Amino acid sequence: MISTKRRIYHHLVRFGMYLATGLTAGLTLFLVLYVLFKGIPNITWELLSTKPSYLADRIGILPDILNTIYIIIATLAIVLPLGVGAAIYLTEYASNKKVVSIIEYAAETLSGIPSIIYGLVGMLMFANNFGTSLLSGALTLVIMNLPTIMRNTQESLKTVPQSYREGAFGLGAGKWRVIRTVVLPNCLDGVITGCILSVGRILGESAALLFTAGFAHNINGFFEGLGGSGATLTVALYVYAKEQGEFGVAFAIAAILMVLALAINMSASLVTKYFGRKNNIV
Amino acid sequence: MKTKNNLFENFVHGVFLILGLITVGCVLLISIYLIVSGIPAIREIGLIEFLFGTEWASTAAEPKYGILPFILTSVYGTGGAILIGVPVGFLTAVYLAKIAPKRVKQVIEQAVSLLAGIPSVVYGLVGMMVLVPGVRKLFNIPDGASLLSAIIVLAVMILPSIIKMSITALEAVPKEYEDASLALGATPEETYFRVSVPAAKSGIAAAVVMGVGRAIGEAMAVMMVAGNAPNMPDSLFQSVRFLTTAVASEMSYSSGLQKQALFSIALVLFLFIMLINAALNFFLKGEKKS
Repeated sequence: MISTKRRIYHHLVRFGMYLATGLTAGLTLFLVLYVLFKGIPNITWELLSTKPSYLADRIGILPDILNTIYIIIATLAIVLPLGVGAAIYLTEYASNKKVVSIIEYAAETLSGIPSIIYGLVGMLMFANNFGTSLLSGALTLVIMNLPTIMRNTQESLKTVPQSYREGAFGLGAGKWRVIRTVVLPNCLDGVITGCILSVGRILGESAALLFTAGFAHNINGFFEGLGGSGATLTVALYVYAKEQGEFGVAFAIAAILMVLALAINMSASLVTKYFGRKNNIV
Repeated sequence: MKTKNNLFENFVHGVFLILGLITVGCVLLISIYLIVSGIPAIREIGLIEFLFGTEWASTAAEPKYGILPFILTSVYGTGGAILIGVPVGFLTAVYLAKIAPKRVKQVIEQAVSLLAGIPSVVYGLVGMMVLVPGVRKLFNIPDGASLLSAIIVLAVMILPSIIKMSITALEAVPKEYEDASLALGATPEETYFRVSVPAAKSGIAAAVVMGVGRAIGEAMAVMMVAGNAPNMPDSLFQSVRFLTTAVASEMSYSSGLQKQALFSIALVLFLFIMLINAALNFFLKGEKKS
């Protein structure tokens, strides 16, 4: 009934789609398995629990793990109030449409800027003033992650029903009180999703940190660590692979990063599922 | 009591206004920093000489600062990645959005999210260990670190953004369009590709532009597989340097005019990104309208 030409089209298109999807899925599977197989045998307790030492001729990535944790904490501590505040301004306060569109355009611009440019500007703005340090790195990452936190919070603020606000206003609450007690608790899912995505981005970031946070491998406490230079896991991976040819260590770090990426992915979808279900019940 | 409350509320309003304007402040600061630090070297070298000079020899006795090789490499590299990544991403997106069973769709969407979450240095590492030797053996060339390797890595790296944005656009196509086409006797494939895809064209165009932005801005993965020699990109098998890697590779040891020239390269890259952002916004607006 269908002409041969159309039948050929049908099969060609189907085949193309299967091929493309298979390629995408296969590539992902290959990347994950390859990195895990190459990396996991190289992960030893010594690697995880020591710092590099030329005398003992060993490489340890404990400092890099600590630096990564420090920089995540510092970045989130600064970016959360800023990003959530900006989102609240946009959805609760802003009445001027032009201002809203300017702020949203700025956020979009920020999320399009490549990390190497953040690294350069972070170097000029922060590292030249506070030295090459984890703090400078964290401040650079704050600007990078501002749009992520802002947009996720904004999305979930939009889903808070207007009637909640009206109810609170009707009971005589002021605007700030309404925001603090009614609106903010209801946008928790957006804030959490934003945080998870930001952590993922910080874990994967390297170009923005090379010239702001540096390469040192020292074990420090939190505040001491922030003041000094330090490599995160990704930066350490780059240095070990590209500059020192220590591919075993590089793959070990890559495997750790891969597992973390998997965990972040899973927790992000769990959060969406959990809060999605809750929202349906309410 | 009332005035006191008003004062407080106004104060809170002011605080949030400032928080809201921080993003705008950041964009302005970044632009100003890049322009102020990027202009001096361009003035010293000369705009034409800088943009169209074919030789980069920053450490030579008589230094030459021509960045045409980097610009062309970035353009070719991005173009190549788009050429490979867009068809694969696009076909995957149509399959996932329209045809795939729910289970398959869920699993592959998870895989795509994971692909987006893998750090670029990991792409670089796998590229270095698998792709570069593979390219060397396959094409029988002395070194596999080349434009071709970079293009392949970039093509994989832009897949997630293309797939995700295209799926969103395709799923927003009203079901009535497809039903009408099916009712007229078109096969599902004809419907998806001749009705749904044209209806989602703004969103898909935005996805491609997004991919361009990702590819042109990627630094670390490219740095690990492209070889990094400042050659003109005459062939796919040449060791090349991108705009991003040009900034990154000399930053740590440069000073004086050489360092300033690196800032100028960043400024050029920034201008490219701003153009791409404008295009992205244009297409996204088109999608909202339709």
